[in-house]
Amino acid sequence: MTAERYSTRYTIGFAAAVCVVCSVLVSTSAVMLRDRQEENERLDRQEKLLSVVDLLAEGEEVGRAELQARYDRSIRPRTVALGPGDPDHPARVLEVPAEATVYDVVDGDRRTALILPVHGLGLWSVMHGYLALEPDGVTVRGLSFYRHGETPGLGARVDEPTWRALWRGRRAFDDEGAVSLSVIKGRAGPAADDPHRVDGLSGATLTGTGVSHMMDFWLGDAGYGPYLATVREGAP
Amino acid sequence: MSRRRELLKAVTEPIFEQNPVALQVLGVCSALAVTTGLKTALVMSGAVAVVLCTSNVAVSLIRNHVPPSIRIVVQLTIIASLVIVIDQLLRAFAFGTSRQLSVFVGLIITNCIIMGRAEAYAMQHPPGLALLDGIGNSLGFAFVLILVASLRELLGAGQLMGVQVLTPVAEGGWYQPNGLMVLAPGAFFILGLLVWVLRTWKPHLVEEEEV
Repeated sequence: MTAERYSTRYTIGFAAAVCVVCSVLVSTSAVMLRDRQEENERLDRQEKLLSVVDLLAEGEEVGRAELQARYDRSIRPRTVALGPGDPDHPARVLEVPAEATVYDVVDGDRRTALILPVHGLGLWSVMHGYLALEPDGVTVRGLSFYRHGETPGLGARVDEPTWRALWRGRRAFDDEGAVSLSVIKGRAGPAADDPHRVDGLSGATLTGTGVSHMMDFWLGDAGYGPYLATVREGAP
Repeated sequence: MSRRRELLKAVTEPIFEQNPVALQVLGVCSALAVTTGLKTALVMSGAVAVVLCTSNVAVSLIRNHVPPSIRIVVQLTIIASLVIVIDQLLRAFAFGTSRQLSVFVGLIITNCIIMGRAEAYAMQHPPGLALLDGIGNSLGFAFVLILVASLRELLGAGQLMGVQVLTPVAEGGWYQPNGLMVLAPGAFFILGLLVWVLRTWKPHLVEEEEV
């Protein structure tokens, strides 16, 4: 037995057996839990959509049924035409579909905000998030990321509430209607005095630059620009 | 009697006497990364405990059959598979927390405590003892994590388990949150103090000075 344990044939056989057992274990768990995980992802999106417009308070935990009820009551998806895209833009969004789903936030029949899904390259990863604007199509209501792979403790702070709160009340367009919203290095003033800039995250300059590019891309003519122009003119 | 003492020792020794983090200085990476809040620390401790106990038992069960030339690879394969399963389970049943723990669940694979116990203990002992050793080391790891996380969350945010305990100045209270505690260096300071306290309390743990 002991001698056998040193033979090449036994070693290879043993390694193969370990691989088979472990791969069965891993794939069984992945397959069995997939539905639940996808359901969690979907609920997480709904949660993010609600929280970016403060229909779900920070840290508030509600059950699945309540979450679904709030979502159904306040969020209305809508399909809008997108701009032509721009593969050379530093946001590195290589492909833009002709149409995208955006979300109207409603209170009865009145639109109280609109939410635009955005994504773009940060330092390491493509960051996916939601940008919420007031019905005027200019003032930022909130920003939130639901998926990214930025450095934990540095760039990953883009989804921290304290930083996200800095976005509220900033203005995405200047008086001429050009996109003007960026993350700077260092501190910006309060929203009323310094409406087009947001504090950078220390240690995460490149992630911040990525967020700036993302804003520039999606709010500009390549992305939601044409749609937002109609919103600013008062289209329903 | 001595049998019982041996069993008891396997569980209790790793808590203070041979604490994996404070004495052997293993698993420090996760002790720094997931201790900003008590909740993440608890979930992390639980995940490490499950992986450590099952990997110890599994390694111990096959210890007499593993070809010596590939034993580390086999151990690592077992540990990695267990960690993936735990990660999947967390994503399915504790989605919010798994999102906060992000990469650090996956990094349990490289947590030296688990590899260390598999190689140093489970390879030489029967499954029962290996399980007890796993429980003991998990408790030792959890003790450090919970202590560091409680202090960091309390001093850094004035909270425990997300519940406000000390009202910060910004909300009209008296407590000025210590921003250092929220960052990784805060954990280093607490861990350093812990190592110092432990060695003052048990002076025989102090290593002899190298010449």
